[in-house]
Amino acid sequence: MWAITPEELVAIKLSLRVATVAMLASLPVGVFVAYLLSRGRFRGKFILDGLVYMPLVLPPVVTGYALLLLFGRRGPLGAFFEQTFGIVFSFRWTGAALAAAVMGFPLMVRAIRLAMDAIDRRSEEAAATLGASPIWVFLTVTLPLSLPGIIAGAMLCFAKALGEFGATITFVSNIPGETQTIPAAIYTYTQTPGGDAGALRLSIIAVALAFGALIASEVLSRRAGQRRAGFE
Amino acid sequence: MISFSCRLARERFVLDANFSIPGGCVALFGASGSGKTTIAKLIAGLERPDRGHIAIDGRVLVDTAAAIDVPVHKRRVGLVFQDGQLLPHLSVRQNLAYGRYFAPKDEPSVPPEAVIDLLGVGHLLDARPATLSGGERQRVAIGRALFAAPRVLVMDEPLASLDAERKLEILPFIERLRDELALPIVYVSHAVEEVARLATVVVRLSDGRVIAEGPPAEVFASALPGGGSDQLEAVSFLTGKYLRGIAEFGMTILSHPAGEITLPGRYGSGNAAVRIAVQASDVTLAIEKPHGLSVRTVLKGHVRTIAAGDGPSALATVELLGGDRISAYLTRLAIADLGLSEGREVYALVKSVSIDPRAVALLGSRPAQPGR
Repeated sequence: MWAITPEELVAIKLSLRVATVAMLASLPVGVFVAYLLSRGRFRGKFILDGLVYMPLVLPPVVTGYALLLLFGRRGPLGAFFEQTFGIVFSFRWTGAALAAAVMGFPLMVRAIRLAMDAIDRRSEEAAATLGASPIWVFLTVTLPLSLPGIIAGAMLCFAKALGEFGATITFVSNIPGETQTIPAAIYTYTQTPGGDAGALRLSIIAVALAFGALIASEVLSRRAGQRRAGFE
Repeated sequence: MISFSCRLARERFVLDANFSIPGGCVALFGASGSGKTTIAKLIAGLERPDRGHIAIDGRVLVDTAAAIDVPVHKRRVGLVFQDGQLLPHLSVRQNLAYGRYFAPKDEPSVPPEAVIDLLGVGHLLDARPATLSGGERQRVAIGRALFAAPRVLVMDEPLASLDAERKLEILPFIERLRDELALPIVYVSHAVEEVARLATVVVRLSDGRVIAEGPPAEVFASALPGGGSDQLEAVSFLTGKYLRGIAEFGMTILSHPAGEITLPGRYGSGNAAVRIAVQASDVTLAIEKPHGLSVRTVLKGHVRTIAAGDGPSALATVELLGGDRISAYLTRLAIADLGLSEGREVYALVKSVSIDPRAVALLGSRPAQPGR
């Protein structure tokens, strides 16, 4: 009953890979967009704001379908990525990672942006008066001071990516060994007679992984926060 | 040489100020909302004027007419904030090093050891900013600004967040910066005592405009009772020579041509010149030499001017023997009763306890005197 089957192990490994890639690939973009939203003063900022948070409120199926249209083999971006970088998204694990990243992105950006908003702007001003150019201010002040938020955001994105289902299955379907992540595998079990035990096993693992990610995020960002406060 | 001329309009606030100062320590003095901090930010580049021109020692930082606006990090203006603004994620050592890292390497700068020694922060190097006291934080902030080899030091109320004792601890450091490093300093404050002690020139601001500019003795001497929006009280500067200390009572006696000056605390030795600042409401005038009073300081002179202020008060200025002038707030009634008029011989009485230790300056060997 509790023994994990090889197929399940494949789904678990795939999920971890998809979530890790989704988190790492979206992190630089997330930090950049959070910085733009927190510090930028430009026209159409509210549009960027809305776009970033869109996946949070859209039906995941719609997000998945939009990805299919854009990043499918014949989609404008899909064709571009295939020709330029040789990366194919449709019906590949890379597409699952893309879907997971898009769904986790709002959570990541929100956490990082809140951390950046909370930084005393005068710390950045002080650094600038000491001769640090804007890039250096970002690297030596903004980034380290928002580290707890960056860690929290990355972990939230990771946890969200582990559990993503709707957009993934719409975009890249449910192919064992390629795009069948834990949630998709659970869904398949529930649709199969006698699949109850497998669904339960994978569900427990999903709960454990998500909970672990949240705890890790809490511990890491607290440690980063304490270092800053000088209680090392 | 600091030349400043800027106009900047914000909602409910307009700054329109011009001044040009030879160097030394310039104090920007005024009530909160008078524009002092805005001027400091304009010099540092944290604010942009609508139009204006700022130059330090001939180097133009802003000239809106010529579309010059040197970015903050290239201005080399050492800004010391009210609460230090140390970078919280770095140790004291790293905070100090931060400034030096970006300073041009070929530029002659103050040796780091000298700064650490001058500010007495050597034992704090490994501490985190959060564990420092307010005074320590402020000293590190000054040190950090100096490490960046600035062309001018701008201090925005650097002592405002500190208690009286800490202020007394830091004031001598700032004096040493002014005298030993010969660094131009722009000192923003609304504390007369600090300005009196440090400034070579005072720029008095009100509602975004310069209302007076000159040596502290001139700017502060003529404030009428009731003050302006900054509640400035007239302040007089007296320079005496150390005569003797009374260790038993913790007092110092200064000799002055108009009489002996008694002040609490121990200052100077030998023949050192000591300058004190006296607020006009702490001065009493008598038409004959008083007896049986607790007041220790009795200075002889002649009434020079009497200026009526708002309401029942007036400002009397007395020229003391030896040339120093002392201002006193009196009621017009008292002036009438005593028959005070210009030229009349009077005695100015100063309660020793009213002399603020923050404003007591040892002039030492430095010939230039703000009091002139």
